[in-house]
Amino acid sequence: MTFFLQLVVTGLAQGMVYALIAIGFVIILKCSEVFNIAQGHFVLIGGYLGYTFLVPFGLPIWVALGMAIVTAIIMGLLIERLILRPLLGEPVLAVIMATIALATILGGLATLLWGGEYKPYHGLLPSISLKIGAVSLPSESLIGLIVSVICVALLMLLFRYTKIGLAMRATAEDLQVVQSLGIRATTVYAVSWIIACVVGVIGGILVGGVSGAHIELANIGIKAFAVVLLGGVNSIGGAIVAGIILGMLENVAAGYLDPLLPGGGLAQIFPFIVMIIVLIFRPYGLFGLVRIERI
Amino acid sequence: MGLHSGTFHENYAQDMAIFPTKLHWGFLLAFLILLFTCPLFFSDRILTIMTMMGIAVISVHGLNILTGFCDQISIGHAGFMAVGGYTSAVLCAKLGLPFWAALPCGALAAGIAGLFFGLPSLKIKGFYLIMATIAAHFIIIWTIIQLRGITGGTDGLAVPSPAIGGLSLSSKTNYFYLVMIIACFATLLAKNIVRTRAGRAFIAIRDNDLAAEVMGISLWSYKLQAFFIGCVYAGVAGALLIHYFSFASTDQFPFFDSVWYLGMLIVGGMGSTTGAIFGAVALRLLDEVVTMAGPVLSAAVAPQAAASLALISHGLIIIIFLIFEPRGLYHRWEIIKAYFRLWPYSHEVAE
Repeated sequence: MTFFLQLVVTGLAQGMVYALIAIGFVIILKCSEVFNIAQGHFVLIGGYLGYTFLVPFGLPIWVALGMAIVTAIIMGLLIERLILRPLLGEPVLAVIMATIALATILGGLATLLWGGEYKPYHGLLPSISLKIGAVSLPSESLIGLIVSVICVALLMLLFRYTKIGLAMRATAEDLQVVQSLGIRATTVYAVSWIIACVVGVIGGILVGGVSGAHIELANIGIKAFAVVLLGGVNSIGGAIVAGIILGMLENVAAGYLDPLLPGGGLAQIFPFIVMIIVLIFRPYGLFGLVRIERI
Repeated sequence: MGLHSGTFHENYAQDMAIFPTKLHWGFLLAFLILLFTCPLFFSDRILTIMTMMGIAVISVHGLNILTGFCDQISIGHAGFMAVGGYTSAVLCAKLGLPFWAALPCGALAAGIAGLFFGLPSLKIKGFYLIMATIAAHFIIIWTIIQLRGITGGTDGLAVPSPAIGGLSLSSKTNYFYLVMIIACFATLLAKNIVRTRAGRAFIAIRDNDLAAEVMGISLWSYKLQAFFIGCVYAGVAGALLIHYFSFASTDQFPFFDSVWYLGMLIVGGMGSTTGAIFGAVALRLLDEVVTMAGPVLSAAVAPQAAASLALISHGLIIIIFLIFEPRGLYHRWEIIKAYFRLWPYSHEVAE
């Protein structure tokens, strides 16, 4: 029982980070109908940025976080302006291929700048530990949980009470209405990419603090896709719920099934199995809008 | 004989001809002669590059039928190639089947895998289908690694060198001929598949699947047919790839290749058989340039520069084509052809 609870609690913390990363994806999708395959690579860049600011630069954690966020904002602006703006109105495949190409370029940049090597920065995040009964939550997971919850709460406030947040929600609802009200859609797109980059980078620092920065961090994006599909691609609430579900399921499945399989590594394939099952039985996810198509 | 400055087809046969004039036939013949005399002029290294191009052409033809004509976007093509390649390799290595029998079996197995992973396409499209095919790629590779007893898992599997009857295909020249013959046949088949009833149904589904269904095209049947045909091509390409190295390994089918075949399709021009050839050849050439430039750059800048140059140049080329020439090299080729055909006049009579 303790083993099970331990798996569930670790999964919860992990799932919250997945949810944070998935939210970046959902925001872009809602605002500009772009499926951003490069979300996982924002995490990769984030992990390495965290390493750069914390270890070679030796900055304190909050300054490092601030610097990483500033870098993410610049990155988001550049990506939107240089790659996505020229492709406005192009077919789905073109835009998706552009984001795949973007992912490739970001992977290449990470290889060029950091050598694609394993760069650990354990113990540099603040440490808190929590123990409930026999279940203990490692410090890094707890930090991840707390930061993710704060980020999600901030995003919720942004969408509810600020002008740009309202504009973004309105754009997701109806582009034409928004444009006729004098809101610049391009500004909304730019802000959505900035937010996606920032949450990706924060997620990267959180994950990097646990496992170290390495080129495989980008694969977390694939887990984020499974989260997004499970939650419904256009639902932020769905992303949070699905993130937690997937994080827990993954940990429990890996904990119990890995010893049974000779090769192990079920955790790697797990998100894909979830994806296929969701796509076959409930393509619009748990909370997604069912799209009605007309000719 | 002669260049035509307009379309003057007088009967149905002329209208349907792939090569309408004698000049076209002349160019085709010259091209084929040049292609099949290549081993006389070129070194083994260049023949290897050309063999790889031929394999890529076969694979991209399959993807073109699936994605370019039927709009069922697949980013799992390398996975389906792995199914074909491994089936053929296992049949050869474990059951001792001859090469010529194992190759079609591999193609069929890839087609069946395609049918299975194409099933979600009946309910979903666009991004969802992309996710399903990405999942397909990783599930296939994972399964191959798990079936260690049959496939050798991560250690790979040694395959006997290919031979047809008494003719050994292990030399670069012989294998080059084999791949080129299959590639030419595959091109002819691809060109003709899209001119059949099924091909027209694919195009109708691409242009508007709901309208196509209303007009009586069975989406169920034709989408799965597109997946089957596309994956059979992938299977042939995968089997040729594995037999070329006489060794099967999952490293030969990285996920990036799945993306890269789609990149070839975009660079070449979607929905055009000629474009698929252009794309495969152009991007394989780019690969070679990157491979040659890599060590130079590594020495000059940093050791990791070679790997990052490959990734960055691949990403950039796709983005540049998407932004500046979304219709691909094929469109440029048409413009160039039209220029020479119409010279010195700048307008066509009718087309």
